Amino acid sequence: MSALVARRTSHPLRRKQIATAYLLLAPFIVVFSAMLIVPLVYSGFLSTFATTLIGGTKFTGLANYARAFTDAEFLSGLGRMGLFLIIQVPLMLGLSLFIALALDSGRVRGSSAVRLMTFVPYAVPGVVSTMMWGYLYGNDFGLIGQILRALHLPAPNLLSSQNILGSMMNIVTWQYVGYNMIIMFAALRTIPVELFEAAEIDGASQLRIAWSIKIPAIRNAIMLTVIFSIIGTFQLFNEPSLLRPLNPAAISSSYTPNFYAYNLAFINQDINYAAAIAFVLGLFIALISYVVQLSTRSREGDGR
Amino acid sequence: MTTPVLAPPSAVTTKGASKRRSPRDRRSTLLTVLLWILAAYFLVPLVWLLIASTKNNADLFSSFGLWFGARFSLIDNLREVFSASGGVYARWLLNTVIYAVVSSLGASLLSTMAGYALAKYEFPGRSAVFSIILGSIMIPLTALAIPTYLMFSSFGLTNNMLAVIIPSLVSPFGVYLMRVYAAESIPDSLLEAARVDGAGEIRIFWQVGLRLLGPGLVTVLLFTMVATWNNYFLPLIMLSKSELYPLTVGLAQQQSAASAGSATQALFSTVITGSLVAILPLIVAFLFLQRYWQSGLSAGSVKE
Repeated sequence: MSALVARRTSHPLRRKQIATAYLLLAPFIVVFSAMLIVPLVYSGFLSTFATTLIGGTKFTGLANYARAFTDAEFLSGLGRMGLFLIIQVPLMLGLSLFIALALDSGRVRGSSAVRLMTFVPYAVPGVVSTMMWGYLYGNDFGLIGQILRALHLPAPNLLSSQNILGSMMNIVTWQYVGYNMIIMFAALRTIPVELFEAAEIDGASQLRIAWSIKIPAIRNAIMLTVIFSIIGTFQLFNEPSLLRPLNPAAISSSYTPNFYAYNLAFINQDINYAAAIAFVLGLFIALISYVVQLSTRSREGDGR
Repeated sequence: MTTPVLAPPSAVTTKGASKRRSPRDRRSTLLTVLLWILAAYFLVPLVWLLIASTKNNADLFSSFGLWFGARFSLIDNLREVFSASGGVYARWLLNTVIYAVVSSLGASLLSTMAGYALAKYEFPGRSAVFSIILGSIMIPLTALAIPTYLMFSSFGLTNNMLAVIIPSLVSPFGVYLMRVYAAESIPDSLLEAARVDGAGEIRIFWQVGLRLLGPGLVTVLLFTMVATWNNYFLPLIMLSKSELYPLTVGLAQQQSAASAGSATQALFSTVITGSLVAILPLIVAFLFLQRYWQSGLSAGSVKE
């Protein structure tokens, strides 16, 4: 790139290019600042105030944060999402990777049909998929219960307090396996054939090729899906808010941190504390994403 | 940033073809069966939705989920969907189309301009801007929704289409994808040639750049369109007038009315058929634009 710049020595031309670059960037930067940076700063600002019935709105410094870190409801929601992250994300991404590798190996009949069928749930709005699975889980005309009863098996209550988290994990898995699979599959398609052709001729198994050549080659794409999944997990909102009417006892108003922030802001009218919760949540996500990226990067360094 | 190690989109199909001719290529029955079982998991809920929307409310409760009921009521259900509450569903559908089309066109244009500028020009602050945009991918958008709502509300902009559209114009991931795509698919020599011919920088972007960025643009367009079409949280907090709702918020409201048992307002059969209508446009769009988004994704997924 620097060589490229050096060639363009004529000053007016270079200045014109810089101006064009800024001109092209400007619209995005304006909206980006207004819709991302400003709300972020505003959220931080709001979170340092508290509103009380008697005293009105007062600056309270970090008191909302102290409250958040000792708020059992917030912490249990965070913990629940941690559980989600440990169980659902590896399951979902493992499934995505398996399907992507299987389709890429060229050993599956009707692979393009399978690829599309796997991807279709991504195009279904979260609201619809949650409602749909709610029906499938339910006792009234739930398909799962119908099938189990037809087989004379006990039908568990999939909306009970013990099962609801697993039921939500299933909805998210169903919805996003295809999306993550497509990202991985697209990356697999760009691996030059020569990289694994020799191994194939030497008789290496598909499993070995996948593990030693293909997975390392698409590490960046996998990393991308991990980061997106972490962000998605901690933002869960549709599932608790739409399944709650089906069993209010199993899903509290603070079931996920995002649902909690929403309820604080719009039901309790506690805007300042909601802002603090949202801010902590954002920081938490950024921190986890950063740690995950860092850990894979250092592992990569050790390997070489 | 490492140098991109990806093949141009056209090479993706070529590679697939040469692979298919490989003598080592053998179909695996086990893998095929496994993958088709997985595909069934993704498809069955949608088949259920399709069949359920041909049933009237009574048949929903009395018949098996994966087979038709006593009466074929699809037409009646569709009529009910579009006539319930004074035909508000058609309004929701129209709103959703407006939100999705305007937001995705805007977001992809902004992303393309910014991505092109970041890929093709050397200017002061370039790497800083790109790092900030990359970092912001990790900011959970719903964590910003509450402060954004408060901002809009202080300007009196809530309950307005712009309240849904403007925040949806920001797609940091779109910028990232277009930057990678522009770096790969627009040769510097072509831009130099256009400059020698005396074309202005802006004209070069419109006539040379945009033409080569086609598949990348379609990818960003589709994915931002899905994001807006499926968005629930943002319109939920920004809008309180039913005639401004997108389908997601409207359907969720109908659903809660149906499960609250107020059968005069909404029936399960109406919500289910409404859900089916809501998901069809996106599925069709993905099917028809397959070639574009798959090649566009393969460019973006390779790098971090």
